[in-house]
Amino acid sequence: MKEKDFRSRVEGERAYLLRYASLQLRDAHAAEDAVQETLLAALAGEAGFGGRSNLRTWLTGILKHKIVDAIRRAAREAPAGSEEEFDALFDEKGHWLEMPGAWKEPQAAAEQSQFFAKLEECLARLPAKTAQVFMMREHMGLETGEICKELAVTPTHCWVLLYRARMALRECLNMSWFAR
Amino acid sequence: MMLSCKEATRLVSQGLDRRLGLAERVRLRLHLAICDGCTNFREQLAFLREAVTRLADANQSRK
Repeated sequence: MKEKDFRSRVEGERAYLLRYASLQLRDAHAAEDAVQETLLAALAGEAGFGGRSNLRTWLTGILKHKIVDAIRRAAREAPAGSEEEFDALFDEKGHWLEMPGAWKEPQAAAEQSQFFAKLEECLARLPAKTAQVFMMREHMGLETGEICKELAVTPTHCWVLLYRARMALRECLNMSWFAR
Repeated sequence: MMLSCKEATRLVSQGLDRRLGLAERVRLRLHLAICDGCTNFREQLAFLREAVTRLADANQSRK
């Protein structure tokens, strides 16, 4: 592959990478930085690509490391929240105050761009650290063990954050999409 | 002792992140067998996982 071709193909993935980084970091500057570092690393390491795999997959792999670095830097000052914020959903014996009903046609929802816009709105309402741990787990597909190590938190704390994120997102989608 | 719904939701969530112990799995299964709310909850978390996986791609194709 000619160097110029490679450069423009890498550049062509910028929008996708920025989108990916923004979802994870929820901070436009940090996302921009992570993508910039990724593109530089990619251009410097063209030999490492060698056309073995899909270009986007390769770039996303580099980007994941840059995102984890950014999150690790930001995590040092993030405080931990309360564990009992979902008490309002349950009575004193721990039974649902309002039982979750079945969602209508979730698969049809997942075909609609409006649904994903709503999901992103719900994600944007999560506290930053909760959202980051959730996205590392569910969007990047990292194991809890890796996430704990990267963020220097205990597994128990990780599970609490993931639980909190899922509870909040389920509630949010339930109200804003499935209750319509 | 029977699990409460609140405890069941914690185990459902953690079951997505680690392998639950035998006792936990038995208690959760017993609870889900009689609790429609928590069964729906479990399906919804599975759907959430699937939806989030597709988030970047969904946005890409929208543009």
